[in-house]
Amino acid sequence: MAKHHVTTTINGEPVEFLCSTRQTLLDVLRDELNLTGSKEGCASGDCGACSVMLDGRLVCSCLVLGAEAEGKSVETIEGMAEGDRLHPLQQNFLEDAALQCGICTPGFLVAAKALLERNPDPTETEVRYWLAGNLCRCTGYDKIIRAVMRTAAEVRGEAS
Amino acid sequence: MQSVQFEAPGTVEQAVALLAGATGDARVLAGGTDLLVQLRSHMVDPALVVDIKHIEETRTLVRNADGSYTIGSAVAGAEAHEHDRFAAEWPGVMESWDLIGSTQIQGRASLGGNLCNASPAADSVPAMIAAGMTANIAGPGGRRTVPVEDIPVAPGRTSLANGEFVVSFNLPARPAGGGDAYLRLIPRTEMDIAVVGCGVALVLDAGGIVTSARVSLGAVAPTVLLVEDAARAIVGTRLDDDALAALDAACQAACSPINDKRGTIVYRTQVAGVLARRAARIAAERAGSR
Ligand SMILES: Cc1cc2nc3c(=O)[nH]c(=O)nc-3n(C[C@H](O)[C@H](O)[C@H](O)COP(=O)(O)OP(=O)(O)OC[C@H]3O[C@@H](n4cnc5c(N)ncnc54)[C@H](O)[C@@H]3O)c2cc1C
Ligand code: FES
Ligand code: FES
Repeated sequence: MAKHHVTTTINGEPVEFLCSTRQTLLDVLRDELNLTGSKEGCASGDCGACSVMLDGRLVCSCLVLGAEAEGKSVETIEGMAEGDRLHPLQQNFLEDAALQCGICTPGFLVAAKALLERNPDPTETEVRYWLAGNLCRCTGYDKIIRAVMRTAAEVRGEAS
Repeated sequence: MQSVQFEAPGTVEQAVALLAGATGDARVLAGGTDLLVQLRSHMVDPALVVDIKHIEETRTLVRNADGSYTIGSAVAGAEAHEHDRFAAEWPGVMESWDLIGSTQIQGRASLGGNLCNASPAADSVPAMIAAGMTANIAGPGGRRTVPVEDIPVAPGRTSLANGEFVVSFNLPARPAGGGDAYLRLIPRTEMDIAVVGCGVALVLDAGGIVTSARVSLGAVAPTVLLVEDAARAIVGTRLDDDALAALDAACQAACSPINDKRGTIVYRTQVAGVLARRAARIAAERAGSR
């Protein structure tokens, strides 16, 4: 069966790729486009390590077909820092030790950024529920939640 | 494992022609949150996948002039949440949809997928049935509209014929004095499969008497149930203790659940009664508050 020729936008850049129907967007990002920041923890929608934005919505890229990206806009962890300047969430994850092995981190960052863009002043409960689809087996979550809350406060211009 | 043809038609007619003309198993793709998991684990091995999300009718949620809603079968929960009136008018339907998975899953999960996956524990289905929703189906023979409860026939199986798919749903206008609610029990607060789910929609008159009701139970039988005896137990009452006891008993009587790690038969049966009582109270509060 012929492969699909897909034209899409990734982190603002036009991108073309070939994929088979069975390849997920995560497979395409990692195996075809060398964008290995998005991780595969489960391939079943449970862990959130593969989180990306698809036309402005937070989704698991393991549950999107590569072929579905045709004409869409995809944002991945690779688009989060501006050159050498880390996004405030990235900086605070580092400073607050919100990661250990780091496998879950790209997913948490993409998901947390999506939250703060729609809700700059979330309660801790809102942060925890929003991130309930991101699993971390190292940190125990507390430092992640604190880093997100602190970033939100900083972005709002409040001292933390 | 065969190679899979993928199509993303722009019209209902094209989708029907593709589905009806497929030589092997053909699957509709909405949000993919069930289908892709099943593809990966080789539970399904389709020859054709038809992405219906390029069909306008499957992707729009509109409030009609008479207050009813037409909900595209592939609209995602996160999109419904952003509608200005839907969640306020049908909070039970919205809360059942919200319960499906995480934020990431919400970005994709549709009512059409939740229903047609035909899991007895599908969260939105009891709320849809309680609300009296119907499904607009397109197929090689044209269009037909059926009550939502007629679509699942067994775990993983629907009454849809070859070449048919659900295009959209009709949700009636919220009646004056109407309220709805959905409750599910899971062992934690997020990300698990319902042990029991219960949807209730009812209408109260000015004196607080229930004039009509629909009660639906999930995860207690091979398909989601519409429990007519449970509705009869509360119609004509003020939801006093006797009425709630009768509702509880009718729900328990309707259960034929499985035993599994999430709950025993006895536990699921009792919980069904308890959730029905609570959901009925919440629905009545919502009915009274408008
Ligand atoms: C991590 C995770 C958590 C989840 N949590 C829950 C939960 O809490 N509660 C719950 O109920 N579900 C849950 N689910 C299951 C799933 O997300 C829901 O069933 C969802 O509503 C499916 O919708 P979809 O649009 O993604 O369907 P898809 O995966 O696209 O489709 C599902 C099935 O229905 C068929 N189909 C889809 N649309 C149509 C149509 N319009 N006409 C005919 N057939 C159609 C498909 O061919 C497929 O067989 C979860 C899934 C994951 C991965
Ligand atoms: S890899 Fe996608 S959710 Fe785990
Ligand atoms: S840091 Fe290891 S899984 Fe989160």
